[in-house]
Amino acid sequence: MRGPALAFVYPLSALAAVVLGVVDLQVLLSGGEAATRLPIGLPTIGFHLRLDTLSAFFGIVINGGVVAASLYGMGFDRVKELTPRVEPLFPLFAAAMNLVLIADDAYAFLFSWELMSLASWALVVARHTDPECRRAAHLYLVMAAIGTVALLFAFGGLAGPAGGYTFDTVRTHPPQPMVAALVLMAALVGCGSKGGLIPLHAWLPLAHPAAPSHVSALMSGVMTKVAIYGFVRIAFDLLGPPAWWWALPPIVLGAMTAVLGLLYAVLDRDLKRVLAYSTIENVGLIFVALGLALAFRANAQHAAAAVAMAAALLHVLNHSWFKSLLFLGAGAILHATGRRDLDGLGGLIHRMPRTAAFFLVGALAISALPPLNGFVSEWLLFQAVIAAPALPQAALHFASPAIGAMLALAAALAAACFVRVYGTAFLGRPRSAEAAGAHDVPLVQQAAMGGLAFLCILGGLMGSVLAAALAPVLDKLAGGALPGPGSGPTPFSLIAFDPARSIYDAPIIALFVAIASLTTLIVVHRLSERRTRRGPAWDCGFPDPSPATQYTASSFAQPLRRVYGAAAFAAQETVVMPPPGDIRPARFSVVVVDHLWRAFYAAPGRAVIGLSERLNVLQFLTIRRYLVLMFVTLVILLSIAAVTT
Amino acid sequence: MSQAYEISHLLAGVMLVTSFALLCQERVAAVLNAFAAQSITLALAVAWSAWSDNRPDLFITALIALTLKGIVIPVALHRTVARLGIHREVEKVVGVGVALMVGLALTGLAQALVLKVAAGMASHAREELALALAIILLGFLMMIVRRNAVTQVVGFMSMENGLILAATGARGMPLVVEVSVAFSVLISLFVFAVFVFRIRERFDTVDLEALDRMRGDRR
Amino acid sequence: MTRDLVVQFLAQGAQMAFVLLIAPLAVGVVRRVKARLMRRQGPPLLQAYRDLAKLLRKESVIAESASWLFRSAPYLIFALTWVAAALVPSFASGLMFNWAADVVALVALLGAARALLALAGMDVGTSFGGIGSSREMMIATLAEPAMMLIVLTLAIAAGTTRLAGVADFFIAEPFGVRVSLALSLISLVIVALAENARIPVDNPATHLELTMVHEAMVLEYSGRHLALIEAASHLKLVLYLSLLICLFAPFGMAPATAGLSGWAIGLVAWIAKLLAGAVLLGVWEVSIAKMRVFRLPDFVGVAFVFGFIAILLAFLTRGVFA
Repeated sequence: MRGPALAFVYPLSALAAVVLGVVDLQVLLSGGEAATRLPIGLPTIGFHLRLDTLSAFFGIVINGGVVAASLYGMGFDRVKELTPRVEPLFPLFAAAMNLVLIADDAYAFLFSWELMSLASWALVVARHTDPECRRAAHLYLVMAAIGTVALLFAFGGLAGPAGGYTFDTVRTHPPQPMVAALVLMAALVGCGSKGGLIPLHAWLPLAHPAAPSHVSALMSGVMTKVAIYGFVRIAFDLLGPPAWWWALPPIVLGAMTAVLGLLYAVLDRDLKRVLAYSTIENVGLIFVALGLALAFRANAQHAAAAVAMAAALLHVLNHSWFKSLLFLGAGAILHATGRRDLDGLGGLIHRMPRTAAFFLVGALAISALPPLNGFVSEWLLFQAVIAAPALPQAALHFASPAIGAMLALAAALAAACFVRVYGTAFLGRPRSAEAAGAHDVPLVQQAAMGGLAFLCILGGLMGSVLAAALAPVLDKLAGGALPGPGSGPTPFSLIAFDPARSIYDAPIIALFVAIASLTTLIVVHRLSERRTRRGPAWDCGFPDPSPATQYTASSFAQPLRRVYGAAAFAAQETVVMPPPGDIRPARFSVVVVDHLWRAFYAAPGRAVIGLSERLNVLQFLTIRRYLVLMFVTLVILLSIAAVTT
Repeated sequence: MSQAYEISHLLAGVMLVTSFALLCQERVAAVLNAFAAQSITLALAVAWSAWSDNRPDLFITALIALTLKGIVIPVALHRTVARLGIHREVEKVVGVGVALMVGLALTGLAQALVLKVAAGMASHAREELALALAIILLGFLMMIVRRNAVTQVVGFMSMENGLILAATGARGMPLVVEVSVAFSVLISLFVFAVFVFRIRERFDTVDLEALDRMRGDRR
Repeated sequence: MTRDLVVQFLAQGAQMAFVLLIAPLAVGVVRRVKARLMRRQGPPLLQAYRDLAKLLRKESVIAESASWLFRSAPYLIFALTWVAAALVPSFASGLMFNWAADVVALVALLGAARALLALAGMDVGTSFGGIGSSREMMIATLAEPAMMLIVLTLAIAAGTTRLAGVADFFIAEPFGVRVSLALSLISLVIVALAENARIPVDNPATHLELTMVHEAMVLEYSGRHLALIEAASHLKLVLYLSLLICLFAPFGMAPATAGLSGWAIGLVAWIAKLLAGAVLLGVWEVSIAKMRVFRLPDFVGVAFVFGFIAILLAFLTRGVFA
C-alpha cells in the first residue's frame, strides 16, 4: 500500500540525475553557458538561473552522488524498510542542491540553500523517536540558521548600498576592500559551517550518522560540496581580485580542521561518526587548497594557482565518490548486522565478500594511496604546498612548512584511521553474534557500491584526463590551467608545473606494480612449495578461541591517543587495580575532553540562555514601565538627531 | 669569501641547534652539557670570524668564551649541583613539544623581522643577525618555561651567547664584546653566590633528604 | 633510435634486478657487522639468500580465520616495495621510467605497502597483529611530517621534486657545508630508521611482545608468504640507503646520457656506497639501545624539529625565495 506507491521515487531520481549529469558534462566540455530569468520570487529581482562551467562541474559531482544513492535506495526492502518519511524528501533534497548550483542571484541562492537545509533536516529527523536523532536535528537546525544568517550578510555586502543582488551586477561592481574582507569572513562562516570547518563542525558528526545511510552518503559526499561551491563562487567569482591575506583564514582553519577532524575520528567508536569526522578532514583539505589558490592568484602566480585549484576541485570530485562509497558500505553493514559500533563487528570479509572488496577500495582511496583517486588530488595539493615558499609575503611562506607538515600528518592519520576501521569491522574474527550471522546486501546496492569503486580506480588512473577536462573552470577561476596530458612523456601523465619539475604517471606505476606482482606470483609458484595448510592461528603459541582477545577499535587507537590525545583532548587513561587478594575486576577508563565543544558551543549556549533569562524580565513589566522605555528611547533618538545634524 | 661565510653560517646554525637542545633536556646535567657545547661553538664562531675578517682582538673574546663559559662555569655548576643535591630533574611549565613548537615559531619570527627591518645590510651579515636574534629569543624562552633556578641562569647566559654572536657580526664595536663578557661573568658569579649562601643559610643543611622535605610543590 | 630505446629499457630492467639481488647482501652485511662488533662470529654474508630460499621451500600454514587479503597481501607488498625501490636512481639518473614517480609518490607507494601490511596484521584476529598494526601506523604518523619537511627543503634547494632532478642538481652544484642540508640529512636518517623498523625504533630480531612492531604484524606468516615479506623489508632498507645516497652523496652517479662505461662506474660506486651505508647501520645499531615505544615521539620529533630548522635556514640562505 504505502510501499509500492512510493517505490518509483528512486528510479525516477536516478534517471533525472543521469539526465542532468549529461547536460552538465556537455556544458563543461564545451565551455558554454546558459542563463535565464524566471518571473517568480521577489518582485524587483526575479529568479535568475545560470549554468556555467563551474556550476556544471559541481553538477556532475552532485548528480553522480544522487545516482549512486538512488541505486542504493532501490535496494531497500519494499515492505520493511521503505518509509513514507524519507521517500518524498529525497528528490526534493537532490533538486534543491542542483538549484543552488544554478542560482544566479542572491535570492535564488539563499532560497535554494534553505530548501536544501530544510529537506536534509527533515531527512535527519525521520527517526524522530530516537532522542539522539532529535538532539542531532536540533543542533543541525541551529547551525544551519547561523550559516544562512552569515550568508545573508555576505550577499548584503556584495550587493552594496545600491542593492544589486543579481550576480551579474555584483561581478561588474566588486565591493570595497574592507567590505570584501568582511564578505569573505561571512562566506567562510556560512559555507564553512555547512561544510564542517572547525569550529563550526559539531553538528556534522551528530547529524550525518543520524540520517538513513543513503541520505548520509548524500549529505557527507555531496551537500558539503555544495557548501564548497558557495565559497568558490563568492571568493573566486563575485569578490573580484583577492588580497593576499584573504588566503590565511581558509588555510589556517582548513589545516586545523584536517588534523583535528582525524584526531576525533581515530578516537571514535561508531562507524558512521568516524566517516563523518573524516568528511570534516577532507573539507579542511579542500579549504587549504582553496586558500592556496587565493594566495597564488593574489600574487599573480597563475600556474601555481591552477595547481591548487585543480587539487581542490579534483578532491571535491574524488571525495564525493569515495565518501559515498564508504557511507553506502556502512549502510550495508548496518543492514546486515544491525550494529554501527566498531567493537561489535569483525570478520565481515568472509560474510559479505563483495561489500568488503568495495569498502576496501574506498578505504584505500580515502587514505590517499596510489594508484587510486585520492592520491591524485593529494599529490596536486602537496605540489601546491611545495610551491608555496615562492610566495613573497612572510606570513605565507613561513606558514608553508607548517601547513605541509600538518597535511602530511593528516594523510598519515587518515591511513591509520581507515586501517583501524577496516581492520576492526571487516577483518579478524566476529565479535558479536550479529556479525557472525551477517549476509550480503541486495544486488542493486552492491551495484551502487561497485560503480563507485570502479570510479575510484578509474579516477586514480585517469587523473590527468580529469584535470584536462577541468581546464575551462581553471582558466576562469585561477587564470591558468595545468599542462595538458599531451605535453608529458606519456599520454596519461599528470604534470603539475612542467614535466621537468614534477610529474606523476599513475598508469605506468600501476602497470609496473601489476607486472611485478604477476611476475612474482609466477616465479614464486614455480620455485616454491605450493602447498598451503590451514591451521589454528599461531599467536605465539597461546591461541585463544575467544574473539574478545583480539584488538578492538579503542585498543588500536591507544598509541595515537597516548601520543596526540594528551595535547588535543587532555586524554587521560586511568587504571584502578584492586589490591592483591581482592577478586573484584580492575577498571580501565579513558576520559577525553572536547575543548572545542566546551569553548564554542557549551559556553556560548550557556551565555545565551543566561542572557535571555535576564532579559526575560522585560516580559513582565507594568504598563507604566513600558511607557518609560518608549519615552527614553524617543528622547535618545531625538538627542542623536540633534547632535548629528 | 663564500667559504668563510659558509663556515660561519655552519657554526651559527650549530649554535641554534644547541639552543633547541637546551629547551628539551630533562636533566640538569644535560642542560649544562648543552650549554657548554653552545659556548664552545660560540668560541669557534668568534675565532673563525677573527681569523677570516682579520680582527685579532676577537681572539681574546673567543678565548674568554671558551675558558669561562665553555669550561669553568659548566664545571663549577656541575659540582655545585652535585654537592648541594639540587633537583636533578628540570620542572617544566609547559611540555617539551609545546616549547619546541614555540621555539620554531620564534625562530621564524626572528628571521621575518630581520629580513624586513635590515633590508639594507649585506646578506650574510643579515643572516648572522637573524640567527643571533633567534638564539636570544630561545634563551629568553628557556628562562620562562623552566622552573629550576640553575636552568634560568643557564638561559640567561645563553642569551648572552646570542648577544656576543650578534656583536661579532657588527663592525666597529669590538669593546662591547669584552664588556659584555665580563658583565655576564660577573652576573653569573653573583647569582651563584646568592644561590649557594641562601640555601645554606635557609636550611642550615645541604642534605638532599632534608631539602626535599622542605620542598613546597610536591608533584 | 629503437636500439637506444632497447638499451634504455634494458638498463631500467637491470636497475630493478640489481636492487632485488643486492638487498639480501646488504642485510647480511648489517648482521655480520653487528655480530662482529659484539665479538661473535656472526652469520655468513650470504645467509639472507639462504634464508629466503629455505622459506620458499617450506609449506605455508595459514590460520583458519585468515581471508584472501592475508594471502594476497605479501605479493602486493613485495611488488609495491620493489617498484618503489626501482624508481630511486641508483647507478644512473634519468633512466627510462624514473620520471614516473617523484619523492611524494614514492613515499605514498611505501605508505600503501605499509597500509596493506597493517591490514594483513589485523586479518587473523589475534592481539599480536593488532599491537603491530597500531604501533606501525602511529610511527608512520610521526615520520611522515618529518619526511614532508625534508621533501620541502630539497624542493626549495633544487626546485623540483623529481629524484633524478634533485640528484642532477646536487651533482652539478656541490653544496659544501650547508647547515640546512646537514640537518635534512640527519632528519632523513632518523626517518629511515623509523620506517625500516631498525633500532632504536624497533628491533628486527626480537619476538618479545613489549618490543615488537614489524615482527608482530608478520607473526602469522610462514613459507613463501614470509619469504616475500622478508624480501620486501630488505628491499625497503636498500631503498632508503639508495635514497640517502642519491640525495646526499650522488657523486659517481652517471647522468642520463652516459654510455655503458659511465653506467659501469656508476654501478660500482653505488654498490660501494650501499655497502658502506650497511656497515654504518650495523655500527649504529650496536651503539644504541631500543627505545620504549612512547619515547619514540621524542626521537622522531627530533627529525621534525631538525627538518623545520633546515627549512628556516634554507629560507635564510635563499635571501628571500625563488
